[in-house]
Amino acid sequence: MDWEYVAKILPLYGKAAVLTVRIGVLGILFAILVGLLCSVVRQMKIPVLKQLASVYIELSRNTPLLVQLFFIYYGLPKIGIKTDPETCGVAGLAFLGGSYMAEAFRSGLEAVGKIQHESALSLGLTGLQTFRYVILPQAFAISIPGITANVIFLLKETSVFSAISLMDLMFTAKDQIGLYYKTTECLVLLVVFYLLILLPVSLLGSLLERRVRHAEFGT
Amino acid sequence: MQSLGLEVLFKGKNFARLLGGLWTALQISLISIAISMVLGTLLGILVGRKNGIGRVLMRCYLEFIHIMPQMVLLFIVFFGTAKAFGWNLSGELSSVIVFSLWGTAEMSDLVRGAVTSVPVIQYESAMALGLSRPQVFRFVILPQALRRLIPQSINLITRMIKTTSLVLMIGVVEILKVGQQIIEANRKSSPNAAFGVYLTIFLLYFLLCWPVSLLARQLEKRWG
Repeated sequence: MDWEYVAKILPLYGKAAVLTVRIGVLGILFAILVGLLCSVVRQMKIPVLKQLASVYIELSRNTPLLVQLFFIYYGLPKIGIKTDPETCGVAGLAFLGGSYMAEAFRSGLEAVGKIQHESALSLGLTGLQTFRYVILPQAFAISIPGITANVIFLLKETSVFSAISLMDLMFTAKDQIGLYYKTTECLVLLVVFYLLILLPVSLLGSLLERRVRHAEFGT
Repeated sequence: MQSLGLEVLFKGKNFARLLGGLWTALQISLISIAISMVLGTLLGILVGRKNGIGRVLMRCYLEFIHIMPQMVLLFIVFFGTAKAFGWNLSGELSSVIVFSLWGTAEMSDLVRGAVTSVPVIQYESAMALGLSRPQVFRFVILPQALRRLIPQSINLITRMIKTTSLVLMIGVVEILKVGQQIIEANRKSSPNAAFGVYLTIFLLYFLLCWPVSLLARQLEKRWG
C-alpha cells in the first residue's frame, strides 16, 4: 500500500461517495413515492391506472437497471427528452426501485386482516381515518423488512451509474486505476467506502426491524 | 414524425448481432446459475451445522458478498487479481467467477431459509411416528422445503440474468456493447438509432425474464 497516494486520492473518493449517496437517497425517496402510489392504486382498484401500474411493475422488475439507464440517458434524448446524468440516475433508480417498493407495500397491505378494516369502520372511523390510523401503521410495520432490503439493494445498484458518466465511486476507481495503475489501493478504498455507506444502513435496518415488530398484531 | 431509429435493426445482420450479444450475456449467466445452484445448495445445508472456525469464515464470505455491489466484486476479480497474482483473466471468466460466488451466496441463503422454515414439530412428529432420520428428511422435510425453495430459486435465476448486463463494464462484448457498435456505425444514416436500439434491448431483456418471473409467481401461488 502506497499511503501517500491513498491520502492524495482520498478527497476524490469522498466527493464520489457524496455523489453516490445523494443520488441514492433521492432515487430511493422517489422510488418509495412511486411504490406507494402504485400500491394504493392497485389496492383501491382504480380502473386503467391499476393496469398501468401493473404493466410498469412488470417492465421495471424484469429488466436490468443498466439497460434502463441506457434507454433513459441515450435513447430518450432522440425523441426530445433530454436529461443531465444526475437526473437520469435518480430517474433510473426511481423507475427500478418503484416496483420493488410497490411489492413491499403490497405485501404489507395484504397482510393486514380484513377484520381490522371492518372493526375500525364499525367503531365509527371514516374510510380515510381507518386507513391512516389502523391499516397504515400495521401495514408499514410488516413492510419494513422488505423496504430496508430494497434500500440496500438500490444503494448497491447505484454502482452502475458510472456507465452514464456520473463520477461516482466506481467511476473514480476505474479512472484512477487507468491513470496510475495503483490497482490495490484503489480497490481497497472502493471496498472501504462502500462498506462505510452500506454497513450503517444494514445495521440500522435490522435495528428498525426489531423495533417495529412490536407493532404487529395477533401473531 | 421523427424517426425512431428502428430501421437500423433491419439493416444487414444487425438484429441477429444483437441477439448474439444477448446470447453471450445469457451464456455467462447460465453457467454461473448452474454452478451457483449446486454449490449454493451444498453450502446452504452445511452452513446450518455448528463447527467453529469454518462457520465464522462462511459467515464472513456471505456477509461480504451480500453487502458489496456486484460491480465492485467484478472490479476486484478483473482488475484486482490481475495486479495481485499477475495473471490475466478474460472478462468472461471473471464474470463467471463473480456471478458464481455471488449466486452461491444467495442460493445458500435460500436453501438455509427453506430448511429452517419447516417447523420443528414436523421433525418431532415424524420421529414420533417411527420414521428414521433419512426417511424424515426424504418424506417430510424435503417436500415442504422444496415448495418454498423452487419459486425463490427461479427468482434468483432472473436476478442473475439481469445482473449479467454488468459485464459490459469490464469489456465483454454483450448486447449493450453490440448495440453501441450498431449505433456508432449508423451515426450518419440514422442519427436516432440510440432510441430504437436501446428500446429493443430493453424489450428483449423483458421478454427473456418475464416468463421466468411468471412461472415463479405461478408456483408460489400454487404451493404458497
